[in-house]
Amino acid sequence: MALAIEVKRLRKSFGALHALGGVDLEIEAGEFFALLGPNGAGKTTLINIIAGLTLATSGSASVMGHDVVLDYRQARRMLGVVPQELVYDPFFTVRETLTIQSGYYGLKNNEAWIEEILHQLDLVSKADANMRALSGGMKRRVLVAQSLVHKPPVIVLDEPTAGVDVELRQGLWRFIRQLNRDGHTIVLTTHYLDEAEALCNRVAMLKQGHIVALDSIRNLISSVSTCSMRLRLSPDILPTVLQPLMSEREEGFHILTLNGYSQIEDVLAALREEKTCILEMEILQPDLEEVFVTITGTAGVTRAAAFAS
Amino acid sequence: MTGFLTLLYKELLRFWKVGFQTVFAPMVSTLLYLMIFSHVLEAQVEAFPGVAYTAFLIPGLVMMAVLQNAFANSSSSLIQSKITGNLVFVLLSPLSYREIFFAYVLASVVRGLAVGLGVYLVTVGFFDVAVASFPWVFLFAFMGSALLGAIGIIAGIWADKFDQLAAFQNFVILPLTFLSGVFYSLHSLPPFWQQLSHLNPFFYMIDGFRYGFFNASDISPYISLGIVVVCFVAVSWVTLRMLKSGYKIRH
Repeated sequence: MALAIEVKRLRKSFGALHALGGVDLEIEAGEFFALLGPNGAGKTTLINIIAGLTLATSGSASVMGHDVVLDYRQARRMLGVVPQELVYDPFFTVRETLTIQSGYYGLKNNEAWIEEILHQLDLVSKADANMRALSGGMKRRVLVAQSLVHKPPVIVLDEPTAGVDVELRQGLWRFIRQLNRDGHTIVLTTHYLDEAEALCNRVAMLKQGHIVALDSIRNLISSVSTCSMRLRLSPDILPTVLQPLMSEREEGFHILTLNGYSQIEDVLAALREEKTCILEMEILQPDLEEVFVTITGTAGVTRAAAFAS
Repeated sequence: MTGFLTLLYKELLRFWKVGFQTVFAPMVSTLLYLMIFSHVLEAQVEAFPGVAYTAFLIPGLVMMAVLQNAFANSSSSLIQSKITGNLVFVLLSPLSYREIFFAYVLASVVRGLAVGLGVYLVTVGFFDVAVASFPWVFLFAFMGSALLGAIGIIAGIWADKFDQLAAFQNFVILPLTFLSGVFYSLHSLPPFWQQLSHLNPFFYMIDGFRYGFFNASDISPYISLGIVVVCFVAVSWVTLRMLKSGYKIRH
């Protein structure tokens, strides 16, 4: 079975800027995969090279075993791409847009499938409206529809939910998950780590053009061994020996960062020694966001500023 | 083939949907030129022996409309697609650079011929202009619009903003058309300007096109056709190289 996407020693420089510095990546057919990373990490450059929108400086990329340069026709037939920008052709209606897009892939008489996609993406009522007349969310759905006209086995979504309202986002994910169950390989980039955590089997984290982590989400989370402990104490004084572990102080609560579960015993022992009672205790698991922050080293930036942009 | 035909169809649909601007407006402006120049100059000039100035002017104006609109079609379509970003849909598809080239060139040809034919059909209602040889007329209109369509692709890809495209149009295309003998026979010029005009490829397109109307021209239509074909091949080679390398469109 060919790999859905295979990238070998891929480099891309824009002048002095090295957008990608030798990336290797293999994505199996049927995976639900996420590319994560801060702005400017090289996610879109990587996707653009796979899609043939950008030419690599060196290295190779292939889709379902077809090289994206040497065998670009086959590679592009295997790939559906949802661009990050809300682009559309203002001259045409939704249906014309999809019919034209089908034609580019050599498909005549694609009406039945187009109807099906329109239905799935809840676009039937807008099918004959001009693209200009659609809201941003509707345009986003048309972009998804356009990427599917040729039933590609591999679908790449570049930040599909940026600037999309909650309802549409959920609908979109339901549909994309369905596509994945039907056997499509899904690759997405996102800033919303909770989405990646909820949907994906594996993630790659990019930083400054390099993959800094590549694993299943479970393995990544367990690789970051820290957990935190939330304590309400009586008296409300943290023993001196535990002060170095303290990471945050909430109303009535002390939050400690531990290097692992084994450290819990030390904390309890120290509290016993000081005759401090535990009124409430909670152990907090790390999530993908913490892994991300730890690995990409963007600690100290709040979630809103770092990821919701 | 379906991919190529679809892109061609999309390009035709694009200009047809804004036909007032792309077909009828150029027809009107060309007819205005005709009315004004024929009124002012009819009595004073006789370009070829026995050919009235208005009759001489009409083929020139028709060809000018053909050339300008062929250029406008591919160049404005490309720059709009680049700036709005929807060129990505063509670039993501399996269309080859050759298919893209021929689709844009042919769409330009169709628009050029549509405007030219429109201008001609209106003028024959008012003036007496007979066509001596349809094959020559068609051949020059086709090759001329194909050449300008290809130049339009280069300009559309090269220009990063509308401003630059307008500069290309106003400082290159417009002077070359106006100084190519649309409004006068080169024989009426002083020798120096005649020589200079022979370096202008637009002159051969206009002159050969006009030969199809009067069986008379400044130089042999075979030479003109040869020069136009050589220009088309050279410009196409450059255009295809640009498209193949992804210059400015696949960074």
